[in-house]
Amino acid sequence: MHAEREILFRESAAAALLDPQLRANFRRAMDGLISKRQAQFPDPRDLQELRDLSTAIRSRSLLRLPELLEQLEASCTKNGIQVHWAETCEQANALILGLLRTRGAKTLVKGKSMVSEEMHLNAFLEANGVEAIESDLGEYIIQLDGETPSHIIMPAIHKNKDQIARQFSQKIKDAKYTEDVDELTAMARKVLRQKFLEADAGLSGVNFAVAETGTLCLVENEGNGRMSTHVPPLHIAVMGLEKVVADLESVAPLYAILTRSATGQAVSTYFNLITGPRGADEKDGPQEVHLVILDNGRSRIYADPELRATLRCIRCGACMNHCPVYTRVGGHAYEAVYPGPIGKILTPQMEGVGVRHDLVHGSSLCGACGEVCPVEIPIPEILVRLRREATHSDPGSNVAGKGTGRLAAEDWTWRLWAAVLKRPALYRLATWFATRLGDALPAGAPLLRDWTRTRTKPVPARRSLSERMRSEGGSHD
Amino acid sequence: MTDARTAILGRLRAGGGEGPLPPLDTAVMERRQWDPAERVGRLRRGMEAVHTEFLDATPSDWPAVVRAFCDREALPNLLFGPTSEAGAALTAAWPTGGTQLLPYDRPVEAFKEELFTTVAAGFTGTVGGVAETGGLLLMPGPAEPRLLSLVPPIHLALLRASTLQDSLWHAVKALGWGRSLPPNALLISGPSKTADIEQTLAYGVHGPKRLIVVLVDDLA
Ligand code: SF4
Repeated sequence: MHAEREILFRESAAAALLDPQLRANFRRAMDGLISKRQAQFPDPRDLQELRDLSTAIRSRSLLRLPELLEQLEASCTKNGIQVHWAETCEQANALILGLLRTRGAKTLVKGKSMVSEEMHLNAFLEANGVEAIESDLGEYIIQLDGETPSHIIMPAIHKNKDQIARQFSQKIKDAKYTEDVDELTAMARKVLRQKFLEADAGLSGVNFAVAETGTLCLVENEGNGRMSTHVPPLHIAVMGLEKVVADLESVAPLYAILTRSATGQAVSTYFNLITGPRGADEKDGPQEVHLVILDNGRSRIYADPELRATLRCIRCGACMNHCPVYTRVGGHAYEAVYPGPIGKILTPQMEGVGVRHDLVHGSSLCGACGEVCPVEIPIPEILVRLRREATHSDPGSNVAGKGTGRLAAEDWTWRLWAAVLKRPALYRLATWFATRLGDALPAGAPLLRDWTRTRTKPVPARRSLSERMRSEGGSHD
Repeated sequence: MTDARTAILGRLRAGGGEGPLPPLDTAVMERRQWDPAERVGRLRRGMEAVHTEFLDATPSDWPAVVRAFCDREALPNLLFGPTSEAGAALTAAWPTGGTQLLPYDRPVEAFKEELFTTVAAGFTGTVGGVAETGGLLLMPGPAEPRLLSLVPPIHLALLRASTLQDSLWHAVKALGWGRSLPPNALLISGPSKTADIEQTLAYGVHGPKRLIVVLVDDLA
């Protein structure tokens, strides 16, 4: 799935920076999330131990990935959950449409699922005559405006109360204008309860899939996930293939660190374990449960020992909450399903480092993301690695679109540089000119302009260090 | 889609240099322990912080406590599972008149509309509680259907103090959930909530607006 157009993060980021409302919305939200997370980890030793344990659990899952996926499939099948595999988003979409069509399903209520965003499932279903309704309040808000999530946990975080108040009064039938959050929530509740009642099918993501018991774990606060998975007669769950964990004991630490890292909650309102469809004597629950396991580039990421760490991610969003770039530009500027630091390493690996090459440069490498990541993904190191991948075609690498992000100008600059460095006389001549005349170069000179637009022009020393060493003397110790 | 399956597993096998599995040091989970009385306090504080309400009861008077709550709130009805142990106790002790006891005794398809529109409250038992963070453990099933604790605007849950576990991690072990699970099991820590509008907490977004724990003191 390689995008055609080259998408430039620096352009959309520059535009986002000029939107004071957006910046205020994000700043406030991120500050709140940072302090709430901090309050959940009062003891640095406990935090480090929990991170180490979580990292080990996720690493073990990945080391045994093919075996665990097979075990998951066997356990689910035994429990009556039907398992499907999809290599691409197209396959997954077609699969889901097929399931819905055979059962004559016309409406689908959705719990929050980033994988379904990855698949652009809603648009696909709409085009095929199935109404897909987002039921997570944040997702519902952005669906009303035809937007995409700007955060993986809080999809409508870019909007403030007034914006939502206006939107509801215009788009929800018979809604009056109010800025009261409880009243706004009540309006959405009313609309969506009717949808749950009537829906032919429900769709959810999966936070953790337990291989040993064949259990799908769902973490949520609203109850829309439970509604989507227990009320309609058909439940379809979609997951990226990396979500599998060996056993339920291993899920407990991951769950503990997920909610604390994500929203600064010690526990979510609901932690829902689904191990099968409606049992023989049960009076409710879906008649059928299906699990779609999606690859979409993950098996390629898996093959690289360093990049594989990307797949440890438990999608907590802490890296974006702590990212100085994300906080300033918001989620939409990334023009990607997954924004923020995790998006910066995941998107280029999924869509190709060439088309998304400036995404990996849109970072100060401050390291905050790696520091807060509950599963210790070395995001800054992976960013650096991907910067190299974008411009080099290393034979051992299987990174999507490797080497396609190399710019001609960049190429020539390096060649010139190498040529000069290889010839000492030429090098001395060049530095002589640069030190004597560099200052005379106007800040607006071509090439230099790109640098000086947001920085002061560097002033070269009057004489180079090696010149001074030669004339003033000096020793090497 | 067996082709997709073969291709995916093939790629993963080809790509995965199996290494030694890193060890799991679970000390950080294990040391979260409290004595039984402390567990009750922790659970209560944790759950009250997210708007859960508590009713104190004894092993013998809890049905009366439930009834008194229903009377106080003037609830027209209370949906419950008649075949569960707690359900049977509730039926036996329920005076006629006032809040009507509605048995959830048929497939949901037979009364979905009614469930969504006219049921005022649902009553369930629990299989335990989680002291560390606060939370109830439920195993819905034939006796207590899944939607009892989800669709009605008020959820009343019976919790016996003696069933509290230290943490979810301890509970998974104690309840044997790691080996086998019913089609549905869950943890509930409070009424349904959201912070999707400007990070402002609002309760009762999709699930129950109120969660009432009937806490039975059976520690003595
Ligand atoms: S990369 Fe780490 S911090 Fe970011 S979402 Fe994933 S688990 Fe959370």
